[in-house]
Amino acid sequence: MIRERYINAVILALMVIISIAALWMDEPFTITLATKAVILALAAVGLNLALGQGGLVSFGHAAYFGVGGYAMGILASHAQNYTPLMEVPFLIEGTNQMPVIWLVAVVASALLALVIGALSLRTSGVYFIMVTLAFGQMLYYFAISWPAYGGEDGLSIYVRNEFPGLNTLVPIQFFGLCFAVLCVVLFMVHRLNQSPFGLALMGAHQNEERARTVGINVTRLRLVAFVISGAITGLAGALFADLNRFVSPVMFDWHTSGQIMIFIILGGVARLCGPLAGASLYIILEHYLGGLSEYWQIYLGLILLFVVLFAKGGIVGGLARKEVRHG
Amino acid sequence: MADPVLAVHNISKSFGALKASDNVSLDLMPGEVHALIGPNGAGKSTLIKQIAGGLTPDEGRVELLGRDVTGLSTAARAQAGLSRTFQISALAMGYTPLENVMLGAVGQSGGVFRFFRPVMKDKMLLERAWQALKRVGLEENAHAMTSELSHGQRRQLEVAVALTLQPKAFIMDEPMAGMGAEGSKRLTDFLHTLKEEAPILLVEHDMDAVFALADRISVLVYGKIIATGSVDDIRNHPEVRTAYLGEEDAA
Amino acid sequence: MSTILLIEQILNGLQFGVMLFLMAAGLTLIFGVMGLINLAHGALYMVGAFAAASMAAWTGSFTLALIAALVAAAMFGALIELTVIRRLYKRDHLDQVLATFALILVFSEATRWVFGSFPLFLDMPDALSGTVMLPGGIEYSKYRLTIIIIGLLVALGLFLLIARTRVGMRIRAGENDREMIGALGVDISILYTMVFALGAALAGLSGALVGAIQSVEVGMGEPVLILAFVVIVIGGIGSIKGALAGAILVGLTDTLGRTLLPVLFSTFMDASAATTIGSALASMLIYILMAGVLIFKPTGLFGSA
Repeated sequence: MIRERYINAVILALMVIISIAALWMDEPFTITLATKAVILALAAVGLNLALGQGGLVSFGHAAYFGVGGYAMGILASHAQNYTPLMEVPFLIEGTNQMPVIWLVAVVASALLALVIGALSLRTSGVYFIMVTLAFGQMLYYFAISWPAYGGEDGLSIYVRNEFPGLNTLVPIQFFGLCFAVLCVVLFMVHRLNQSPFGLALMGAHQNEERARTVGINVTRLRLVAFVISGAITGLAGALFADLNRFVSPVMFDWHTSGQIMIFIILGGVARLCGPLAGASLYIILEHYLGGLSEYWQIYLGLILLFVVLFAKGGIVGGLARKEVRHG
Repeated sequence: MADPVLAVHNISKSFGALKASDNVSLDLMPGEVHALIGPNGAGKSTLIKQIAGGLTPDEGRVELLGRDVTGLSTAARAQAGLSRTFQISALAMGYTPLENVMLGAVGQSGGVFRFFRPVMKDKMLLERAWQALKRVGLEENAHAMTSELSHGQRRQLEVAVALTLQPKAFIMDEPMAGMGAEGSKRLTDFLHTLKEEAPILLVEHDMDAVFALADRISVLVYGKIIATGSVDDIRNHPEVRTAYLGEEDAA
Repeated sequence: MSTILLIEQILNGLQFGVMLFLMAAGLTLIFGVMGLINLAHGALYMVGAFAAASMAAWTGSFTLALIAALVAAAMFGALIELTVIRRLYKRDHLDQVLATFALILVFSEATRWVFGSFPLFLDMPDALSGTVMLPGGIEYSKYRLTIIIIGLLVALGLFLLIARTRVGMRIRAGENDREMIGALGVDISILYTMVFALGAALAGLSGALVGAIQSVEVGMGEPVLILAFVVIVIGGIGSIKGALAGAILVGLTDTLGRTLLPVLFSTFMDASAATTIGSALASMLIYILMAGVLIFKPTGLFGSA
């Protein structure tokens, strides 16, 4: 068995090698697939913090993914139509600058996670799963029935947003940007796991009563984790929207929440690079099984069943030596 | 006479028709071990929960160093200086013993919302954690997995975590439960020195330990304290003999 | 808005609520007895609808269609219980969610494979088409009224089953103490399969009944499943009474909200804005209701702590 950090290094290196190889062989589609895997992995890194480290089984992370996506869609659509976002009480204009969009996406999804988290954390266990799922659906239906930004049809953005110093329309450059964002977030999550906050969060997951009796306000601890988790997934949503240059209510759909969860279980719950391994495997399956059969999700379902029932720990868990710290 | 560290005033708690706590009052003086004994189902656990947090009494109040803590959460009471151990070890089983005591140190320091510096390199917290482990004699097992510790070692760790809180008062729920004779003896000796740092409210079934350790004993039967007094008082108390010790003898 | 229209909407809300109850009852029963969260419940609803539509197309009999729905859903329910679900009882909720989500993928895609992507149609029987005159001069759909009656009868039947019969006693014992029921010498695995199949049959019945008003298509069970979750959160997990109260509450709130909110908003804003805002808000109304219940009673109206 191997140390987890080596596995992580290999997974990250593989992403880079595949993309550069694809560039070499002039296969831009492969680069786009790798970019998709990186962005979806980022969404799952967000959820993993709540679900893996915190033990909070949120089935509504599509909400933050969608809010991130719509933050991009709304800001960019106003920029492309040259219409202000609002004029009263003060003027807010659209933008096509990624850093600004990211900031808005992160803040908006964090705020949403704060509200949903504060309500949902009043419950636990199965209730928590159902409540987060329901709040996610609430946003889905809202996005469908609110016509201003495309309603059910969604919203197309014709030109990818800009990042200073890069040409984001070149696939490898956009991949590099997304990969860099993922690495920065992974580093931050890694530090977070080692921090007093991480110790307390995982401790409360293993034994809530114990955490309370040493003086930790578990609800507040989890709420903060939930907000950070939602913010990361929201950032991923903004990137995902930019990858497709399109947002639609599908980003809010509960299947999206389920998918993000699947990345984690395929890769390994509470593992740092589990989401990346899982999302990559998902993209590979989607690509190859999808090429074999229109009904490839049957096979996906069966694989998922197998992993849940017999191969818990996922890819990283199967390879790594040390049992991960959680209960 | 000094002020009590912990004082319970006229606590009552009912579950439907069952009176789990019936006008209970007791206090914990500096430097003492106050044992709470009583037959199974007497309402000891319910009472402990009302004192340490987790259950709000219908009536009455709990004071720590003169401050009313009745309305506070478990976490806030721990912050205020109440440290409890559990009858069934409540530990983070996926952590090492060192991580468990670090969790206690982090909780007590109030520095939970620090996100970037590695906790296991924090000198101050580490020192406190190691000290707690050494005091219960677990330093050699610091890096084992908690789930692999023996039952007795888990009991010791439970006490070590309580120590990291540097509390004003301890509440210990059957700390000797399931320990061998030797471990039990060692822990008894340790608690004997510990009570000078902070008084201990001790719930215990092991009567030898209780008689060896306790400065005072309160007897809880059917949610009521039927007697409080010194070891000798309780040994010779007629009501206690019939209600409680009599049962022990018969069993 | 006229009183007659309002009463009609209330009846529609009741009908919707009763349908939700059939779903929520199965979910809450399965959770109460086995401690399992079952996302695949919506797939069983879909199985019932497809079975009914196929049987109706083949024989032309609506009664046979309903029976087919019950039998098919119960059979598939028992099948997945025996193969997958029973491995999940002792697992944590995350595993249960993922495994039953996987079942949804399998069921949905397999149905699409067999029946194609186009919706099927299930005609309501002639005897129940058209309207009936209710006291007070209210004309109402016979079929919807029948659904309400069937739903209430099922609710009554469930209460009797749980309160009065030996099986019900075992179910209650199982809810309280899973060990005890084993000690009573009851073969617990058979009981579990039966309870699961019962819940599945209710979902299938619900799917078939709704299939005659809406189209029968892949994925039809999912919105209903999530609404049933909202019902359970509001009513309290494990409580049949809570499921009934929550279902009626959600059914009424949703139906009346969609009708009344645009009307209400049009009293103080222009018509198109009122429709937009009113219907957007109406789509969120039951979730707001759920949030309200969570604030005041996190364990649901009839749930215990």
